Amino acid sequence: MGHPFRDVAIVGVHNTKQARVLEGHDSQSIALEAALGAIADAGLEPRDIDGVVGGIASNFLFQSRIGPAWRSMSPLGIPAVIEGAMAIACGLANNVLIATGEAGSYRQHASTAPWTRPTNEFVAAYGMFTAAEFALMARRHMHMYGTTPESMAHVAATIRNNGHVNPEAVYFGRGPFTAADVLESRMVADPFHLLDCAMTSEGGTALVLTRADRTEDTAKLPVFLLGGGTDHFGPSYQHPPVWDLGGVRRPDLVAGHVGRRAAEEAFAAAGLGPSDVDVCEFYDPFSFELIRQFEAFGFCAEGEGGDYVMSGVIEPGGRHPITTDGGTMSFSHGGASVQLFQRVIRGVQQLRGECISSQVHGAEVAMCTGGGSGALFTDVLLLGKDRP
Amino acid sequence: MSLLVPQAGDIPLPQPGPLSEPYWQGCREGVLRFQRCLDCSAATHTPALLCAACASRSLEWVESSGQGEIYSWTRVWRPVTPAFVTPYVPIIVAMDEGWFILSNLIGCEDDAVAIGQRVEVVFHHSGGSDDIFLPYFQLVP
Repeated sequence: MGHPFRDVAIVGVHNTKQARVLEGHDSQSIALEAALGAIADAGLEPRDIDGVVGGIASNFLFQSRIGPAWRSMSPLGIPAVIEGAMAIACGLANNVLIATGEAGSYRQHASTAPWTRPTNEFVAAYGMFTAAEFALMARRHMHMYGTTPESMAHVAATIRNNGHVNPEAVYFGRGPFTAADVLESRMVADPFHLLDCAMTSEGGTALVLTRADRTEDTAKLPVFLLGGGTDHFGPSYQHPPVWDLGGVRRPDLVAGHVGRRAAEEAFAAAGLGPSDVDVCEFYDPFSFELIRQFEAFGFCAEGEGGDYVMSGVIEPGGRHPITTDGGTMSFSHGGASVQLFQRVIRGVQQLRGECISSQVHGAEVAMCTGGGSGALFTDVLLLGKDRP
Repeated sequence: MSLLVPQAGDIPLPQPGPLSEPYWQGCREGVLRFQRCLDCSAATHTPALLCAACASRSLEWVESSGQGEIYSWTRVWRPVTPAFVTPYVPIIVAMDEGWFILSNLIGCEDDAVAIGQRVEVVFHHSGGSDDIFLPYFQLVP
């Protein structure tokens, strides 16, 4: 049997303008703008689309009258990309559009963003939200391995400096930052300072997948899915985020290592390992999460993630540069789902060699991720320039 | 430093469901309950239909000793909503019977928290017209 995604390629990507507030937009309008941008980037026309993913994409389906068409409800980042690829691989669609956007849903900041605090009878009364959930994982790791706030701050400063030099980032020009700047910012949820945390913003994003045998018609270099996987332990933010939460799948895979199985499967499908990854477009809800991901994915041993990120590998010019557009800390965090797609968008841009900042020269393999331990899920996607 | 106390504001309170009502009824009676498997004796929380260890449906509600140790903690300075007074200290407690619970630490200074400290449950009524008693934890003297 050949590679499951041999006949699939990503041919269009687009981020709309990202901003703290996008005046004159709502979630529908900014998502549609993203959709049209990705279709144009692919060199296609709206009528070429015959598959859509996500609730907002279906509005595009209606407005452009491309029905009857294949449609999925999958909303959240990498699983949606995998599902769109599966639809093409299975012959259910030829050109799949994935589009999402958010604007106007969080502009009063007295409370934390609505997507950070789902109601639940066992957590809500205790003041829980995403920063506290992820902090409980980070604190346990500090206890087990001696991981330091300085190593987390170094991650945050590195990512924020990538955004500082990216003209498309919401926080373009707001740095540069040192680890000391991060440690001196006000505390949000111990051990996370303000600058260890994602921001909130507004924006849209979209991508287009097509049949690999049709890429002669597309405008830009195709990018291929070398492997992918999703690891979930249950609903986010409803149960204590226990590092040692186990399951029956494999005794060595606890929630603290969520994403390890997905990475192993992705690397196996690609015939690659961590040392082959040229750019790490890792999801960055909180600084600690990158330390954890390097361990979970096998870039370093358990407990060594703090030393690993301090060893010169994650900066521009390092062997495994991270989150090169500035991620959710500096580029954008557009809501419940937008930013979960943007690691994939950036991975594609890196392999095309078209990044206007922090381009990794000669990048052949990008590893994109989503989710995180505090949310009890991590998704992984390996992208490459060569058809698998 | 500040003394950690139960939240007294208009915080979001639990709305017990069919699965969780025995748990919240226990809280009203001043008893912390969890589910134990009649087949394999494993403990399960949060309230479930299936045993977390063996997937048996034979679960019974039993009383916890209310004691355990702090497994992880954070200290929140940016409240989730304005109703919460900061700092507050979310903790995960590893209960002596082998289950985990999320709660807040109270009854001590905010910088007294550490992993491994012994804690015990204490119940507080919200102060409103509801009948919810929330389990909090305090350091064992």
